[in-house]
Amino acid sequence: MTEAILDPLPWLIVLPLAWASLAFLLGEGRGGRLAIAGLAAQLALALLLAVQIMAQGARVHTVGGWGAPLGIDLLADGLAAAMLLLTQAVALPLAVYARAYFSAVHQTHFWPLAGFLLAALNALFLSADLFNLYVTLELLSLAAVGLVALGGKTAQAAAALRYLLVSLTASGAYLMGVALIYGVYGSVSLATLAPLVGGDPPLAVWLAAGLMLVGLLAKTALLPFHFWLPPAHGGAAAPVSALLSALVVKASFYMVLRLSLGVFSPLAEMAAWSLGLLGAAAILWGSWRALRAIRIKMLVAWSTVAQLGYLFLIFPLLTADGPALQAGVMQAVAHGLAKAAMFAAAGVLMLSTGRDNLEGLAGVANRAPVTLFAFSLAGITLMGLPPSGGFLAKWLLIEAALAQGHWPWVVVIISGGLLAAAYVFKVLCQAFLLAPRSAHFNRVPRAMEWTAFLLAAASALLGLRGVELLELLAVG
Amino acid sequence: MTPGLIYALTGVALFALGLAGVILLAQALRRILAFNLMGSGAFLVLVGLAQRDGGVDPAPHAMVLTGIVVAVASTALALALARRLAAGGHGDD
Amino acid sequence: MTANEALPLGVLASSLIPGLIIFALPEARVGLRTALNLFGAFAKLVLVGVLLAGVAAGEDYGFRHSVLPGLDLVFKADALALLFGALSTLLWLFTTLYAIGYLEGSPHRSRFFGFFSLCVTATMGIAMAGNLFTFFVFYELLTLATFPLVVHRGTPQAMRGGMVYLAYTLGGGAVLLTGIVWLHGLTGSADFAHGGYLAVLGGEHAMQLQMIFLLLIAGVGVKAAIVPLHGWLPQAMVAPAPVSALLHAVAVVKAGAFGVVRVVYEVYGVEFAQSLDLLTPLALAAAVTIVWGSLRALAQEDLKKRLAFSTVSQVSYIILGVALFGPLGTVGGLVHLVHQGVMKITLFFCAGNYAETLGIHKIGELDGAGRRMPLTTVAFTVAALGMMGAPATAGFISKWHLGLGALEAGMDWAVWVLIASSLLNAAYFLPILHRVWFTPRARAWPAERIPARGRLETGWLLLLPTLATAAMILVAGLLAGADWGPLAWAKRITVWEYR
Repeated sequence: MTEAILDPLPWLIVLPLAWASLAFLLGEGRGGRLAIAGLAAQLALALLLAVQIMAQGARVHTVGGWGAPLGIDLLADGLAAAMLLLTQAVALPLAVYARAYFSAVHQTHFWPLAGFLLAALNALFLSADLFNLYVTLELLSLAAVGLVALGGKTAQAAAALRYLLVSLTASGAYLMGVALIYGVYGSVSLATLAPLVGGDPPLAVWLAAGLMLVGLLAKTALLPFHFWLPPAHGGAAAPVSALLSALVVKASFYMVLRLSLGVFSPLAEMAAWSLGLLGAAAILWGSWRALRAIRIKMLVAWSTVAQLGYLFLIFPLLTADGPALQAGVMQAVAHGLAKAAMFAAAGVLMLSTGRDNLEGLAGVANRAPVTLFAFSLAGITLMGLPPSGGFLAKWLLIEAALAQGHWPWVVVIISGGLLAAAYVFKVLCQAFLLAPRSAHFNRVPRAMEWTAFLLAAASALLGLRGVELLELLAVG
Repeated sequence: MTPGLIYALTGVALFALGLAGVILLAQALRRILAFNLMGSGAFLVLVGLAQRDGGVDPAPHAMVLTGIVVAVASTALALALARRLAAGGHGDD
Repeated sequence: MTANEALPLGVLASSLIPGLIIFALPEARVGLRTALNLFGAFAKLVLVGVLLAGVAAGEDYGFRHSVLPGLDLVFKADALALLFGALSTLLWLFTTLYAIGYLEGSPHRSRFFGFFSLCVTATMGIAMAGNLFTFFVFYELLTLATFPLVVHRGTPQAMRGGMVYLAYTLGGGAVLLTGIVWLHGLTGSADFAHGGYLAVLGGEHAMQLQMIFLLLIAGVGVKAAIVPLHGWLPQAMVAPAPVSALLHAVAVVKAGAFGVVRVVYEVYGVEFAQSLDLLTPLALAAAVTIVWGSLRALAQEDLKKRLAFSTVSQVSYIILGVALFGPLGTVGGLVHLVHQGVMKITLFFCAGNYAETLGIHKIGELDGAGRRMPLTTVAFTVAALGMMGAPATAGFISKWHLGLGALEAGMDWAVWVLIASSLLNAAYFLPILHRVWFTPRARAWPAERIPARGRLETGWLLLLPTLATAAMILVAGLLAGADWGPLAWAKRITVWEYR
């Protein structure tokens, strides 16, 4: 019976690898159309997978029929399917955007790197063991660092190197954790480990959990490990920033979430409040820095630091099927769409004005209205205003916090939203100002404006279709 | 104390040394080397602890091999970036 | 989907869809844009008319869409919704006409009319919201849709005004959201209901319910400009005149006041609210706002600013009426919801006419304007007399019922508030009337932009809406007993709320 249906799991990894390799062979700057076609197929596969999982429940795919422990298992449940769907849904419009963007800005190897990045991401979401997670995470970082360094400017190389070193150290810590776990339990499979780790494990397991957690937090850029993110995301080319902020940081968050719900759930309670408090601090500090930013992409990058904080607020509130988990995933999805849109819009605004600071935006409201609209819609999600997905996330989060009597959480969530409003409207106000007479605006390809808009509209309207996403998530 | 445990403890020491290096050192090249030390430490722990029961467990060997490949690739990328940085970049406007 | 489900959505779509098309229109397509605007406005009028007739005949109109398990987007076109909805629809039509005339030849009109349409869509959403969640969704949408209108001129001054507006309204929205989620946690999903739905919770949650009430009222109170949350309203005066009309009469402050009505009557229920001792503090806040707004209005030299503070004061009449426990107070509050809108929009149209035609912004420059612009000045006079509560105007009907309501509720002090406020109204409107009619003109007009042509003292698109709304003030005052008038609807709603 299983042969009768097309299994999307391996294809979601093979396809991007295939078009990435082909793009590499085609040579510098080529392969955009190939990537778009591949991504369209991937999106269809991700949708198919979501439908299959809704109908039949979670399932495991053994690659090449080998099976664990020597072979590799792929596991697809509701959470993985939701993240896969987000990834393809963000990547497809971004590919259209990037194709137009790189017709205006010179690039060398965007398409192969982007393909490898997506393959690593998809593989990560489908991984069923700790070591596989390590490999995919590492490949993801390598591709991401390559993308940051793409422009070849000194600042970009410096940001990329800093990003790489943080990333390597972090995955080193994670790998050490994996080694310790293997030493204690003789397995790295999530399914095998889950019943073995009890409430009172040996010291080595505590150490392992701590190392893995710190490593993953550093990759997610949770305060105080956020320092590498603004230069890397703010300095890269616009489509790259969009991919990184929307998707790449979510990968390590996904791992934290998956591990603390699964294998390490007996230990997770210990760290929950620290994670929550760091998240709260990240919201306030990141928003504050975004508010103070004078370059538009730095503003958006700092906003990512703040928005990632929301993802960690859920940990103290986490229960098996309570609203906190739903809030976290809703926030991850909404922010993914919105941040991709926002970076894409920022890229258009920068190309249009030829400047990268906020001051240069005066008058842009009349010259690039579609883009500004996209920026605003994405901003609505970040502020958590209805009917966006960000709003539903905040609603669920506040509800969970109130149900458990955590009033300070409500204050943090609400003030984070207001701070987001402050920095989003700082940009909009500047854009609505009358343009100085000397201002000159460049023409920007329509495809860029409308893909940014599409992403933003998706994030803003996600709130109307929250039920489906949560139903998918409920498939364990 | 079994040889396996000695390997593992050495691995932990190497890892700690490497970690301290990555965090404390300023020069890019030294930090890249320190990262390699970290990685070697982790691999040693994997291999060392797997020999606990006397027999040889192939799974960690496969993992270490994969890990080495990843580490080599990362080091290459880091070195390339460090070189570009030292050369002052080429695409500055 | 049945017709009774589709009709409320149609009311929303009749302004949303033209609005979205207008966004995409090039600036030069004046004809098509005007046609779309008017088509939307008339279509909405017809739809609301159908709904009114249906509700009068006992039909139920509603639509429900689930966004999360236990969280529904609910639209319900009941009598209360339609009281507000019909007002907004009618005034939107006139404001659109006025704006077409007012903005003739100015830049960025596609953007303007696009957001204008979104704004009225949000207002209709607020009117027809069937639960607090839906109310909040459109309440925030209204904030977002009005912001580009407030900063439309693109000057640094406009930006400052816009930022103040946002700071207040988004802050209010955040407070409102906290209250709504808290309440949702207590009751689960619940729709607005005649007589409220909280009475079943009884006294054991009294403390929490009082806190939530404070949050909800503070949240909607920002838009309703209850002192001390009124600071944005005078600042937002930098907007063009049609936007001021929209803010003060059709949409924003009205949405706030309407929110107070829904919270008191259909969430808490007026009797339960009274038993929690919530109504007296609300009445006091309204009374303070009424007097404070009037006092501040006295001190303003700028015509639009004086009108803005007058709005602060007048909107709280509605809230006072809501807070007076008893059917007569309720009737007074509800009917004033309509009357204040009609009167204030007339005043802002007039102020816009003076500014656009003769360049008059200050009260000191109005000398002799009645001779140059008699029709506008007649309209202004009618509306100003209405605000004071002169017999034969709509304002008299409101104040009469409010006064009776105060006596019925045993709050005699509120009658003194009404009297004091009426005296203050007179004190800041009568000098203006004296100036325009009886002080001869000594100097030239500050900036005469539109020359008089025969009977037409200014552009006909500016004049027609002004005269129409002025006529409505008189109709509402003279034919108050009519079966289809706002007073009759207010009475009908009141019967349901006290049943």
